[in-house]
Amino acid sequence: MSQFLQVFLSGLATGAVYALVAIGFTLVWQAAQTVNFAQGEFVMVPAFFVLIGMHWLGLSFWVALLFGFAVSIVVLGLLFKKLIVEPILPHGGITLIIATMALGILLKESAKEFYGAEAQPFPAMFPGDQIDVFGAAVSLRDLLNLVISLGIVILLTLFLNRTRTGRCMQATAQNPGVAEILGVDVKRMVLYTFLINAALAALASFLITPVYLAKFSNGETLGLIAFIAAIVGGFNQIRGALVGGLLIGVLDNLTATYVTAQYRAALPLVLLIVIILVRPQGIMGTSEGRAV
Amino acid sequence: MSDPVLSIRNIEKSFGGIRAVRGVSFDVHKGEVLGLIGPNGSGKSTLFNCILGQLAPDAGEVSVNGRSVAGMRASQMNRLGVGRTFQQLSVFPKMSVLDNIILAGQEHHGTMLSRLFGAPDAGLTGEAERMIAFFRLTHLRDELAGSLSYGQQKLVDAAMAFMAGPSLVLLDEPAGGVNLTMLSHFKERLSAYNAEHGTTFVVIEHNMEFVMSLCTRIIVLAEGAVIAEGSPDEIRANQTVIDAYLGG
Amino acid sequence: MRGLSVRDVWRSVAIALLLVAAILLPIGQKNYIIYVLTSWLIFTIAAMGLNLTLGYAGQISLAQASFMAIGAYVTALLTLAGWHWLAALPPALIISFVVGLILGYPALRVKGHFLAFVTLAFNTLVFLVLRNEDWLTGGTYGLSGMPRPDFGLFSTDKHLPFYYFTLGITVIAALALWGIVRSPWGRAFKALRENPVRAESLGVDTRRVTLLAFAIGSVYGGLAGALITPLVQFIEPGSFGLAHSLRILLMVVVGGAGYFFGPFIGAAVVILLPEVLRFTEGYYLIIYSALVIVMLVFVPSGLIGVWGRLKAKVWPKQQVRTDMAEGAGLQ
Repeated sequence: MSQFLQVFLSGLATGAVYALVAIGFTLVWQAAQTVNFAQGEFVMVPAFFVLIGMHWLGLSFWVALLFGFAVSIVVLGLLFKKLIVEPILPHGGITLIIATMALGILLKESAKEFYGAEAQPFPAMFPGDQIDVFGAAVSLRDLLNLVISLGIVILLTLFLNRTRTGRCMQATAQNPGVAEILGVDVKRMVLYTFLINAALAALASFLITPVYLAKFSNGETLGLIAFIAAIVGGFNQIRGALVGGLLIGVLDNLTATYVTAQYRAALPLVLLIVIILVRPQGIMGTSEGRAV
Repeated sequence: MSDPVLSIRNIEKSFGGIRAVRGVSFDVHKGEVLGLIGPNGSGKSTLFNCILGQLAPDAGEVSVNGRSVAGMRASQMNRLGVGRTFQQLSVFPKMSVLDNIILAGQEHHGTMLSRLFGAPDAGLTGEAERMIAFFRLTHLRDELAGSLSYGQQKLVDAAMAFMAGPSLVLLDEPAGGVNLTMLSHFKERLSAYNAEHGTTFVVIEHNMEFVMSLCTRIIVLAEGAVIAEGSPDEIRANQTVIDAYLGG
Repeated sequence: MRGLSVRDVWRSVAIALLLVAAILLPIGQKNYIIYVLTSWLIFTIAAMGLNLTLGYAGQISLAQASFMAIGAYVTALLTLAGWHWLAALPPALIISFVVGLILGYPALRVKGHFLAFVTLAFNTLVFLVLRNEDWLTGGTYGLSGMPRPDFGLFSTDKHLPFYYFTLGITVIAALALWGIVRSPWGRAFKALRENPVRAESLGVDTRRVTLLAFAIGSVYGGLAGALITPLVQFIEPGSFGLAHSLRILLMVVVGGAGYFFGPFIGAAVVILLPEVLRFTEGYYLIIYSALVIVMLVFVPSGLIGVWGRLKAKVWPKQQVRTDMAEGAGLQ
């Protein structure tokens, strides 16, 4: 039982970070019909921005963290929207999908060329001490990752539901035409969405890189898992993406421990295929949410 | 009278408690041009979609040439001899006009394998060119359909609906968005096709003048039921119809 | 029937010249160059298949590398068991066709990004099976020592004959595809891409057409795989991962999706150009992916589209047509 709890909690911690990435992915899809195939690389890159801040600019870790956060928001939020999404979206969804794939390669290869193919150590924000939770040895880092991620999701939800800007963003995502008529600055709201996505990706990056180390190829699995979480959860719902992320994190850990380590990567994929074919609106989505 | 081409029996369709179509029945016979009109929300679009098999009616039956169309896919309806046009532009924009028209006929020629190994045009170039000429589009034959004007694309759309030699053609708001000069040409060609081939038409349309001059018989729907039926002149003079439109 | 137009004549001359160039190009070259040219042809075949699925029929697939894997592993296992390559080819193609049909089923339910995800997941699943089932596939070590086909008087053991052998198969594959895309099937594929609802209402069985678009595209993937096996004589799961599907997809898009000769150009950019641009070292992929994005911003129709624009500048009739297209779109 204590092993189960251990596996479950650490799965939940990773899953919460997946959820951050999946939520950003979902928000951008809602607001701008952009399926970002580079989302995994968006999580890989911010850690490298921090390393650049530390090693090249000589900043201390916490300052470098802020630096990496800011650069991420400009590059992965503002520039991504202005230079790639805006000009390509009119050419159609598939063209944009392909462009984001190319962007993924660009980011990955750039990280590899400019920072090397070897995994770089990345300082942790919290100590990795083990603590005892009902007999299960859980690392403090996992627990804090879980708490922080959930905290971010709660803050984001409060922002979207309780503030004027947040509600305008939701109106924009649901029906840009009507939002425009109601006087919402639709363009600005879409921009905010991209900035939030970049911020979520950067936070996820800072939480998860101490575990995985900073490596150019980190995005490959992360991106895929975030898509799966988003789709499992219903693609256009924050709640869905959260549940999807947690579910994938836990399932992944449980399969690896109890079923098969070899086919551990297959489970989320099979889940993805089954969900898309049987319930494209996701397990939490409504049928109106099915946007193809 | 001969058997009806299209027969509609007691069609019922509700959407979450709202009865959009309430027990509508009528027949359409060979060579007729039937207009289906009614104010917004009268249920004519719902009925039209039931006829096309896009919506499954809650009760009642639609049959074409004596065969029930329940559960048929659009391609099966087409093979049964039902052609249709669309309200929105519905050509294949990056194919030439000729290719658009050939495509509209090719699935009725030969088998799947003969269409792979046989002639690239499925032996339809001549027939397609006659159809293009009928709609006076010969000068645009090799242009991409997407580069044509709105009205010209409507003509291509109609030509495609006729290419397989259907017994029934359903026209979904054919006049919408077409300018006046093009519209009179369009109507004249539709009438000419009907006179030449005896094809049955069912037209759903907002433009009264267009309906009145094209159709031989008109059915008026309001609140999901037939409130009047008759020749264009009878409908024009019918007080119930006038009330339904003015009363909203 | 109409006679040959000036355009047809030009096109025939251009194709003949390219074919002559393809025959003369490797003569006197080093083995390595011949090897690279051969892989260009093989990837062209794979990209031709994806071009049918994506470019003509409009169905996105991120699984072309997994069909190369199926073709490669089936051929490898059979030739290692002593079959002649020619005997191993039909099973490889048939299995690719059947698996392609199966992969097409999701496309009947979902489109666009959902389809991209399903095919992406499929590619990764195939990769996992190849890696984990080592009793059959050799696991991460892969399979090696596959013989090259020997036709008695014509042995393909050396690089140059193998190049000509591949060239011959590429020409046959291209002719077959040419036949398909200009047949009524090709018209139905394009109709599926441009307006599936309209196509269905005109009697096109869009479900069957969708499945065929996947299955035929997959056969080309399988054929490319069947050629990779004797070329490299060593295959491993890593050569058929998602990154390679993405690579083939970009070949199609860069060359020009939906243009018959697009894959030849796209595969050349991905396979041949890096050899020419050796001096860029590791930066090649960075430059390439940046250029792909720039191209998608300005000329989403690919390099053949770039050529079309240049031609339109010289020959204004084309320009008038695009202007008309935009005009019609505004209404």
